[in-house]
Amino acid sequence: MTNHDIVIVGGGPAGMAAAVAAYDAGVTDVVILDREQDIGGILRQCIHAGFGLHRLGQELTGPEYADVYKQKVLQRSIRVYYETTVTAVTPEKKVIAQNRDGILQIQAKAVILAMGCRERSRGALNIPGTRPAGVFSAGTAQKFVNCEGYTVGKKVVILGSGDIGLIMARRMTLEGAKVEAVCELMPYSGGLTRNIVQCLEDFDIPLYLSTTVCEIHGEGRLEGVTIAQVDEKRSPIEETKRYIPCDTLLLSVGLIPENELTRTAGIPMDPITSGAIVDEHCQTQIPGIFACGNVLQVHDLVDYVSEEAERAGLGAANLVKNGEKESEYIPTKPGFGVRYVLPQQVNILANEDVSLFLRVTEPFGKVIFTVKSGDCVLATAKRLRAAPGEMEKLNIQADLLKTVKEPITVSLEVVE
Amino acid sequence: MKRNITCIVCPRGCTVTADMQGEIITVTGNACKRGEKHAIAEILHPVRSLTSIVRVSNRRDTMVSVKSAAPIPKEKMFDIMKRIHAASVEAPVKIGDVILADVFGTEIIATKEVR
Repeated sequence: MTNHDIVIVGGGPAGMAAAVAAYDAGVTDVVILDREQDIGGILRQCIHAGFGLHRLGQELTGPEYADVYKQKVLQRSIRVYYETTVTAVTPEKKVIAQNRDGILQIQAKAVILAMGCRERSRGALNIPGTRPAGVFSAGTAQKFVNCEGYTVGKKVVILGSGDIGLIMARRMTLEGAKVEAVCELMPYSGGLTRNIVQCLEDFDIPLYLSTTVCEIHGEGRLEGVTIAQVDEKRSPIEETKRYIPCDTLLLSVGLIPENELTRTAGIPMDPITSGAIVDEHCQTQIPGIFACGNVLQVHDLVDYVSEEAERAGLGAANLVKNGEKESEYIPTKPGFGVRYVLPQQVNILANEDVSLFLRVTEPFGKVIFTVKSGDCVLATAKRLRAAPGEMEKLNIQADLLKTVKEPITVSLEVVE
Repeated sequence: MKRNITCIVCPRGCTVTADMQGEIITVTGNACKRGEKHAIAEILHPVRSLTSIVRVSNRRDTMVSVKSAAPIPKEKMFDIMKRIHAASVEAPVKIGDVILADVFGTEIIATKEVR
């Protein structure tokens, strides 16, 4: 058994930022455990640009953004265990992992969970049909293409118009494939407008909204898919079914925070975020265990991941240095138009400004967000538009929090 | 000549129409000046940032991610992709190493380190 002050599970953007923040806050016995050969996480395969506009004022590619933090980690004496997979985290903050050297057991004073996400699969969608080769999650195809240099297919259909699907539409086209269509179940795309323009319009790739893949065909290798428009209940409309020949189907249909370790540790989860329930320092309901990054909530911008991870790193460092803080927790709740609010509980004795993060339930035009506790308004904010794919941030001043007695709700009002 | 463009300068994504009559371009539908500039650039000299991958010849199953140091003319994208596909590089590679020089006024540079 080894001892370390802070153990961080995952060396992606969240893990790296948390490690650096904890180290700079004075707790230098920080280790990162990562299962890959190098830290950087999912950014290593996101070779496109657009990362760091808010945080660093530049539009870096994924690997470049990862490298900014990797250099920070390496310049401090933060120990990294590479090719190390964590198999358990206990409520007593024992971390069990394995790598080529065998089994590692670490007793930590604080653990930061930063495992990121995995992708929803064809099995989870239950798409009928045969099970030929050629059906990939978009991220898997991205790894094969961008890191290992495989051409995963020549004629491609993509299901899901979130950013990963759109980015892969462009990648496949640039690498010589023909992308026949991007199908999107919802009546609107979840991706950024710039991606619709630069990944689809630039290459004349059609986007079919309110459309899904309802059957997969092919023996051995994929031969084609049947697509269909869907009704308001999102069920396929029989008369609109049509067949598209293709050899590759990419699924970009949702990210799932990778919380196997979290659940096994008995940490209470939020069913809407699919992440742990946390406070404003990203501490879960088990003291000393923190969560940040995509494992806590699926993010759109890595800039917010870094910021959130720094809060977690700071929180963990403060716990190690000063012990548990005096706390009185008030829960937060999503109101009209809001799907979820993070953190799910706020320590009103902390005497600090608190940032709330939320997503709306559907696309809205002009809105006003209101944060209330009972009848007391804690914050309001106007926005010209709000969309589920764009996380919102609202700030509450510390002195207003002192007066809070009832749950804090965040809701919106549509402005005409 | 009229073109409809979805502006990408900010998340609003205004649908902007650029109407080019001879030398004069009239822009409508934009909510701000940046959108007007963007539409004019798109109709006259559309540019794009290009990112791709190049094979690392002395490492198994390894690619190095690359980008154009500056935006390239949109119509030259596939020409440049041909050059990128034909290229390879030997490790070690550092971020910023020039993989292809002299590409329509800019260069293709590495965005990842390969040891």
